[in-house]
Amino acid sequence: MDKIITIKNLNLFYGNTQAIKECNLEIENNKVTAIIGPSGCGKSTLLRSINRMNDFIDIFKIDGSIEFEGNDIYSSKVDPVNIRRQIGMVFQKPNPFPKSISENIVWGPKINGFTGNENKLIETSLQSAGLWDEVKDRLNDSALALSGGQQQRLCIARAIAMKPNVILMDEPCSALDPKSTSRIEDLILELRDNYTIIIVTHNMQQASRISDKTAFLYEGELIEYGETKAMFTNPEEQRTEDYITGRFG
Amino acid sequence: MNNKSTQFSDNILFRKRKEMIFRSLCSIVTWSSIVILLVLIYSVAKSGLNHLSYDFLNNFPSRFPHKAGIKSALYGSVWLLITVSIISIPIGVGAAIFLEEYSKKNKLTKFIEINIANLAGVPSIVYGILGLVIFVRFFSFDRSVLAGSFTMALLILPVIIISAKEAIRSVPNSIRLGAYALGATKWQTISHHVLPIATPGIMTGVILSMSRAIGETAPLIMIGALTYVAFVPESIMDPFTTLPIQIYNWTSRPQAAFHDIASAGIIILLIVLLSMNALAIYIRNKSNKKYDW
Repeated sequence: MDKIITIKNLNLFYGNTQAIKECNLEIENNKVTAIIGPSGCGKSTLLRSINRMNDFIDIFKIDGSIEFEGNDIYSSKVDPVNIRRQIGMVFQKPNPFPKSISENIVWGPKINGFTGNENKLIETSLQSAGLWDEVKDRLNDSALALSGGQQQRLCIARAIAMKPNVILMDEPCSALDPKSTSRIEDLILELRDNYTIIIVTHNMQQASRISDKTAFLYEGELIEYGETKAMFTNPEEQRTEDYITGRFG
Repeated sequence: MNNKSTQFSDNILFRKRKEMIFRSLCSIVTWSSIVILLVLIYSVAKSGLNHLSYDFLNNFPSRFPHKAGIKSALYGSVWLLITVSIISIPIGVGAAIFLEEYSKKNKLTKFIEINIANLAGVPSIVYGILGLVIFVRFFSFDRSVLAGSFTMALLILPVIIISAKEAIRSVPNSIRLGAYALGATKWQTISHHVLPIATPGIMTGVILSMSRAIGETAPLIMIGALTYVAFVPESIMDPFTTLPIQIYNWTSRPQAAFHDIASAGIIILLIVLLSMNALAIYIRNKSNKKYDW
């Protein structure tokens, strides 16, 4: 199986606090990988280091390497802007720009020099995010008029419009109601064919429903990584079993 | 029941009375400032209103009160206003962007921020002395519009920087992260998202400090703005006078007739100030609607 992202001996620090310890992880192409673990175990930190979003934190330090398609993304030759163009991200709380729905979609491609057909891009992106039918008559309305679940799907559409290889999702459903959550889960299953998705979630049922592989993090350490099915039925580590059966966390 | 009455002395009546007293105090403070303003406007209007005429706006100052007008002062104020905004807005907003978005949050930045806040509290006459030494003498701008506007720009820059910083800081960080995650550079994020959202707040600060600039007298007198000018400045290197200087000049004359035209001048100054504030509110409301969260 193709490895698209390889994390080697990764240590991440905020000042003197170590958030991730000696992490080794290989993410497979066109699969959904879930990162689970109790609050504060470093799952969001790990996710954000994959598209260098931690660069904006002054006290953030990194040791080890993250390779994306064979190239170290933290090498001095790499421009983080270029990394983020190829590795999209969906955040915990929907954060559409205070602009119209169509502007939200085309802004990213436009600033990166997109010259193709904008209307087509808007339509295909919204369709892939399952939002087209709901908004096709009001593309020029403010994105802020949409419901929370629609806003989050708009953010997914916005990420898709950049034609990324990988989409990172940081607890994308935690601010949504159950109905919107299940729509987004369905959407993730559809997107799996074309994108590599890494999703951080504190909802174990969600991880077991939508992911192919699961990584269990505990206090900054990668405890177990493997096929989701195997992990949820027959975990190798005692701590994994305790966590997924709800004994702690 | 018994237990409750021993542990709580809720005394609703007393607490409500306290609230009543505080509430009336607040409303007295609010209304008294409005009453004082109305009294001032009334007394100014009473003595100045019948001197307001087209001639008053279109005449130069004169030693005869009935011939005296405010043309040179009005033009001088407008010249000053335009040049001050050209100088201070780019510098002020630029500094705010640098401090909020680009600079690392270290001790040096903190030191600069504290100093800017302190500068906002420096008396305006000190800026006048600074302007006299630097712009009038050292750069030999003389008593020109340019020297005056640089001095005024220095005076209002701290306020512009502080209010623009506040406006930029109030832009939700999730918007910045969303833009970065789409492969935007820092400047694309700032120019496409942060600045448009922060504009109403920045404008409010800018226009309030502009209002201060056109109401200031002391620093301009310090750098030697003239009190009697019988011509309209035609370039930024010309001498000038402004509305508050002209008003100050008239009120310090012994003849009562000059005091009345000073009132007329105050009315003009008030109209200019109020229309600027109205413009600020208009711009703010217009862009607020666009970015209604």
